[in-house]
Amino acid sequence: MEAEPVLQLSMQQALNRALDEILADNPKTVIFGEDCGRLGGVFRITDGLQAKHGEERVFDTPLAESAILGMSVGLAMAGFHPIPEVQFDGFAYPAINQIVCQIARMNYRSRGTLPMPITLRVPSFGGIRAPEHHGESLEALFAHVPGLKVVSPSSPHDAYHLLKYAATRPDPVIFMEPKSRYWQKGPVDVRTAAPGQALQDQALPDAGMDDGGRLTGARVAREGRHLTLVAWGAMVARCLQVAELASEDGIDVEVLDLRWLKPIDAEALAKSVGKTRRAVVVHEAPLTSGLGAEVAQLITQHCFQTLKAPVERVTGFDVPYPSGDLEDEYIPNIDRILFGIQRVLEYRRG
Amino acid sequence: MTTKPVLGAVDEDAAPLTHEQLRELYSLMASVRHLDTAAVAWQRQGIIPGYAPQLGQEAAQVGSGYAVDRTRDFVFPTYREMGVARAMGLDMVGYMSTHKATWHGGMYNPLESRFAPIQAVVAGSVLHAVGWAHGQTLSGKPDGERGVAMTYFGDGASSQGDVHEAMNFAAVMKAPVVFFIQNNGWAISVPTERQVAGGSVAARAAGYGIPSLQVDGNDVVAVYEATRSAFAHCRAGNGPVVIEAMTYRRGPHSTADDPGRYRTLEEERLSAGEDPLERFKQRLLDDGIADDAFFALAQQRAQEEEEAIRGGIEALAPRPGAEMFSLVFQEPTPTLQSQATAWRKESEHV
Ligand SMILES: Cc1ncc(C[n+]2csc(CCOP(=O)(O)OP(=O)(O)O)c2C)c(N)n1
Repeated sequence: MEAEPVLQLSMQQALNRALDEILADNPKTVIFGEDCGRLGGVFRITDGLQAKHGEERVFDTPLAESAILGMSVGLAMAGFHPIPEVQFDGFAYPAINQIVCQIARMNYRSRGTLPMPITLRVPSFGGIRAPEHHGESLEALFAHVPGLKVVSPSSPHDAYHLLKYAATRPDPVIFMEPKSRYWQKGPVDVRTAAPGQALQDQALPDAGMDDGGRLTGARVAREGRHLTLVAWGAMVARCLQVAELASEDGIDVEVLDLRWLKPIDAEALAKSVGKTRRAVVVHEAPLTSGLGAEVAQLITQHCFQTLKAPVERVTGFDVPYPSGDLEDEYIPNIDRILFGIQRVLEYRRG
Repeated sequence: MTTKPVLGAVDEDAAPLTHEQLRELYSLMASVRHLDTAAVAWQRQGIIPGYAPQLGQEAAQVGSGYAVDRTRDFVFPTYREMGVARAMGLDMVGYMSTHKATWHGGMYNPLESRFAPIQAVVAGSVLHAVGWAHGQTLSGKPDGERGVAMTYFGDGASSQGDVHEAMNFAAVMKAPVVFFIQNNGWAISVPTERQVAGGSVAARAAGYGIPSLQVDGNDVVAVYEATRSAFAHCRAGNGPVVIEAMTYRRGPHSTADDPGRYRTLEEERLSAGEDPLERFKQRLLDDGIADDAFFALAQQRAQEEEEAIRGGIEALAPRPGAEMFSLVFQEPTPTLQSQATAWRKESEHV
């Protein structure tokens, strides 16, 4: 019997399945980090992979982020495709030197002779009432670094396909997993390319949840006429909720899931906001010099003539990521996003 | 746990150096001395903007580099390993192009030369060596074909956390890495005793259970033999080795340095010990291995070689600006491509 191509999976299961297939497809992939072997990772994303693929392919390292990332450089030089894991976003900081000065530059430094096909998985963003340094949003920091690419899935389906895609690329990709979405289920179409084949050129099977299968750009998560909410990661689901609520008031909100935070799909932004003529960017990271500013500028550049209001931002605040009791105040909530929508809709030229 | 010397057993079969090899070692040292001295002069003449001299470190560099098997090993240098590069037979114009400011990292192909790109973050590449070496373990290659990684760093760099993470990782994973420290007495202005706690860098190895040895870095044969036995130790699957070659950096740290601010010429003369080149020459004379005609020829060849390299350096044109854009990624981003297009249009380089 043919396997059912559309499965109901949580993002955790989708990522786990993707990693399993990546290991099976490419004998050069290796997965490593803190506790990702026997334990299967603190979020169980690598659950069962060591038992299935062996201790050489999936291994626990000592507790040192700089070494995990620095080691990835050497493994890539030796022809491997490392998929290291940083256990929590905030612990990427101790590895920043290796990420920024080494991983991101080795291709350039070596004039293209030492590609860095490294997929760094970072459980990212807040929303799980975790202790300090377990809820950071590092996308602007990573996206600012020449030589890195940054992606964040918002659904199990995208998580599965984007991870498989990232792991076949010859450049370093920071894969930011929205940890607050790990346990949410959704349909995942698992029909994939032949083993090892790059997914970029083929249409991603659409089980009704993707825009024709492009893995390289943004995705319209919901169509609407009056305004575009631009979001990524965990904020996409929240924006979809907001859109539902707004529709009760007759406001037709489009939600654009950016997915790639570098490179940003400017075309998709232009297309969506060109149509709706209003935009609100929503992200968990602090406001100042956040990626929202980059998105707003791209929208301004491409849609200046048609924009009916300045692009608004609804973001985290310029404060250290707060403790669990306060995180609901910090992360853009439904009310704050609705206020943002209202500001844009009610904007009148002075 | 005690600091064990490298197990002699692993290279009991190694033959002593032949007279021809001893003469070759001298020729290499003479070439390195000449090129190094010349490079400082080139900087004064405005041919290159900067250089990191290694006067006094010829024995440490040539002796260790000579032990590398370019068919299977890989070297991870700092910015001061010109002598290693030369001993390994690198394209020296390509090597020197970093100092000419033609391209960060050098214009040689690291996969062919087995010499990783030059980079400036001290200790940055120590971890790469561990990753590469672990890749050898994972490679499934038969014993004889597996390579050893040798990573170079200074007493100053040994204070970096990455070195400690690297030693710990390598020891835990039994990675075939030779940590080769050139202790030249100084970082920039800070002497070893104000830099290195625990007595010496080699002494730290005990804490990681890594065998270590200190070697007279002014004795090229001793350095070669230590390195050779360290390689044999690694190849036999015994894990990493730490070698601390005790040398002295005569003259400035870089062409921008003023050592008169932190030591006197008198101190330098007293601390520098025997000139490794003169010392080796005397030994070859005493043992009847080489005569004056040989030394004169070595000197003449060194000069010819230096002149050819200088010619190559002077002929190096700046790289085409387009490479600035095209070598960042294997798969350039649309943003980068449009920046490249704009740059072409707006500059006169088209
Ligand atoms: C991470 C880092 N910090 C500072 C510097 C600036 N710097 C360049 S060389 C150097 C001293 C290095 O001393 P050592 O490691 O002993 O090597 P040596 O230059 O003596 O060969 C310093 C401080 C650097 N290159 N990298």
